[in-house]
Amino acid sequence: MGRTIKIDPVSRIEGHAHITLHLDDDGNVDDAKFHLTQFRGFEKFCEGRPFPEMPALTARTCGICPVSHLVASSKACDHLLSVTIPPTGANLRRLMNLAQLMQSHALSFFHLSSADLLLGMDSNPKSRNIFGLLAVDPQLAKDGIRLRQIGQTIIEILGGKKIHPGWMVPGGVSAPITEEKRAEMLAMLPEGLEIAQRTFESFKGLIGKFSEEIEHFGNFPTMYLSLIKPTGGLEHYDGYFRIKDAAGAIVEDMVPLEEYERVIGEAVEPYSYMKFPYYLPAGYPEGIYRVGPLARLNNCDFCGTKLADAALDEFRALQHDRPVSSSFHFHFARLVEIIYALERMKELLDNPHILDTRVRARARGNSDEGIGVAEAPRGTLIHHYKIDDDGLITWANLIIATGHNNLAMNQGIKQAAKHFVDGNNMQEGMLNRVEAVIRCYDPCLSCASHAFGQMPLRIELQDSRGKVLDQLLRQVS
Amino acid sequence: MPGPPVTTSTGVKVRVVTLKINEHDIGARETDSILDVAQANHIRIPSLCFLEGLSTWGACRLCVVEIEGYPRPVSACSTTVSEGMVITTHSDRLKRYRRTILELLFAERNHVCSVCVSNGHCELQDLAAECGMDHVRVPYRNQPYAVDSTHEMYRVDHNRCVLCTRCVRVCDEIEGAHTWDVMGRGIECQVITDLNQPWGDSSSCTSCGKCVQVCPTGALVKKGTAAGEMEKHDEFLPYLAQMRGNR
Repeated sequence: MGRTIKIDPVSRIEGHAHITLHLDDDGNVDDAKFHLTQFRGFEKFCEGRPFPEMPALTARTCGICPVSHLVASSKACDHLLSVTIPPTGANLRRLMNLAQLMQSHALSFFHLSSADLLLGMDSNPKSRNIFGLLAVDPQLAKDGIRLRQIGQTIIEILGGKKIHPGWMVPGGVSAPITEEKRAEMLAMLPEGLEIAQRTFESFKGLIGKFSEEIEHFGNFPTMYLSLIKPTGGLEHYDGYFRIKDAAGAIVEDMVPLEEYERVIGEAVEPYSYMKFPYYLPAGYPEGIYRVGPLARLNNCDFCGTKLADAALDEFRALQHDRPVSSSFHFHFARLVEIIYALERMKELLDNPHILDTRVRARARGNSDEGIGVAEAPRGTLIHHYKIDDDGLITWANLIIATGHNNLAMNQGIKQAAKHFVDGNNMQEGMLNRVEAVIRCYDPCLSCASHAFGQMPLRIELQDSRGKVLDQLLRQVS
Repeated sequence: MPGPPVTTSTGVKVRVVTLKINEHDIGARETDSILDVAQANHIRIPSLCFLEGLSTWGACRLCVVEIEGYPRPVSACSTTVSEGMVITTHSDRLKRYRRTILELLFAERNHVCSVCVSNGHCELQDLAAECGMDHVRVPYRNQPYAVDSTHEMYRVDHNRCVLCTRCVRVCDEIEGAHTWDVMGRGIECQVITDLNQPWGDSSSCTSCGKCVQVCPTGALVKKGTAAGEMEKHDEFLPYLAQMRGNR
């Protein structure tokens, strides 16, 4: 019979999932699988709805990254309208997207992962959380909370609400910003940048302690997929697809976003509700790629802002000969992107045109198919809709950022489990390392499955006949 | 006893009666409804199907009030005042009834406010907040209804409809087109255009948009509106009704 160990408070991931570790006859880890066990069916129940409702409707997949869905969905609707939105409308969307990127990255790094990094993978799970962090390093914990607050407040200033704002609509945004709002947002950015730089510096001092984790936390060759500016710079809102291989060679470049189906295929596995996207020309599962901050920094030629470019140089120095391959360095990349987001938001707000009042193009459904792509904090997010003559959705497909990393997460936990887990003597710290691999990717499982509810993570240890030997359950108290 | 008849500004002779609403002594014309009198005296009674300028329908029952000596609550919009009436508008029982009515409305069709184009500008939503309806205790019916988006400018989403028939009345009584009507019974009941043809094919609709402006929810809306963007303006109605002599 399996043994259940309950640890409160909630596990530090976003969504429902469990992991199974399969042992061979000698008790060594043979395989590991990451299961997503919920199903919501957003793509199905959106059918029949008027397309202008889609941004708000699909944003409800997630309370952490609703803005990402707003962006991708609004862009898909722009495509349906067949309009070019006013430049200020686009820049205001960029602004909110960057605020979202920053607050989500802050949540991932400070609230969910920094306890592992600062308190140690083997520390007492009861205090291995943001509260334990507050006791040991109150400044870091407060920094994290403040940084997230800055991002959320900018979202609120722009959209009226911190979570599930409206404002972003087909054709642009529903209202321009005032000088007062601009000043309010600009006033918060220096403090944010100070926190981001301080955290970046202290994190660099920590990573020397994690050489074993860096070596075994999803450290393997994959391709990398992200958006890219036409100039090769870091991009989160628009641009083109770029795919690099594990050696850093560009496999696909300047692929128009509407042609995503040419490069991305989707496979399904019976053990998970999360789909398994792969690079289509390479086949499944050989076409494994990663998305998100690690992929974006590996793919881009430059960030385009001063401090972020300096940080990018340090990121590249982590692995000289090829793209940075350890998933542990998602954390590093996340911090670089926080710096970039703060610098870029300042640039956008400093531009006097950000106050222009022409922020929305109006039209009706002029195209029967629309594709919207943007970079969510966790990676590339794709919304694809088809409508009938009256503007009602007849078909929808959402390819979620977390889903792109599905193959890599499975491979990552297998690698970590093989290295760290001893099936004959299971310790909590071993399993925490397996979880920590997942945390590197900062998966948003609610989005990935379009699932809802509480967020327990279960890890099961099975013998070679599939019998459950042990399990670790983290659940909501 | 009612007082002697008085002559109104339109030359009609009516009697004045005295009554009590929530312990307040009030004088009113005997032809007025309880709801009219309450509104004139700044006493709020929740209502949904009633709209000043349209005929009284009395279907939603949200404006129920208690009258001393009456065996059951009555709708304030469709009951005229009389001499000596003692009326209560907000007893515990009435509050419970109103909350229950709202719960049944929310359970009957899809009223997920957060993604509705009328979010923040919806009379049903406001009533739920006013009446303290913070959850629904009956099972949701989850009955799907089609969205008719065939009209050039407007859309009807039957999932959001509460069958108040304001659209039917304004189209008939003010615009004079009588494009809208009601069809079916029970869960199948819904408002229709012409003889249940797509709105876009209606030969009687003048596309005036009055039905959209008087609809209390996100059922009748302008096309192209995103969540929370549909604001209704029905201020024109009493004026228009007066100018047309309430015909």
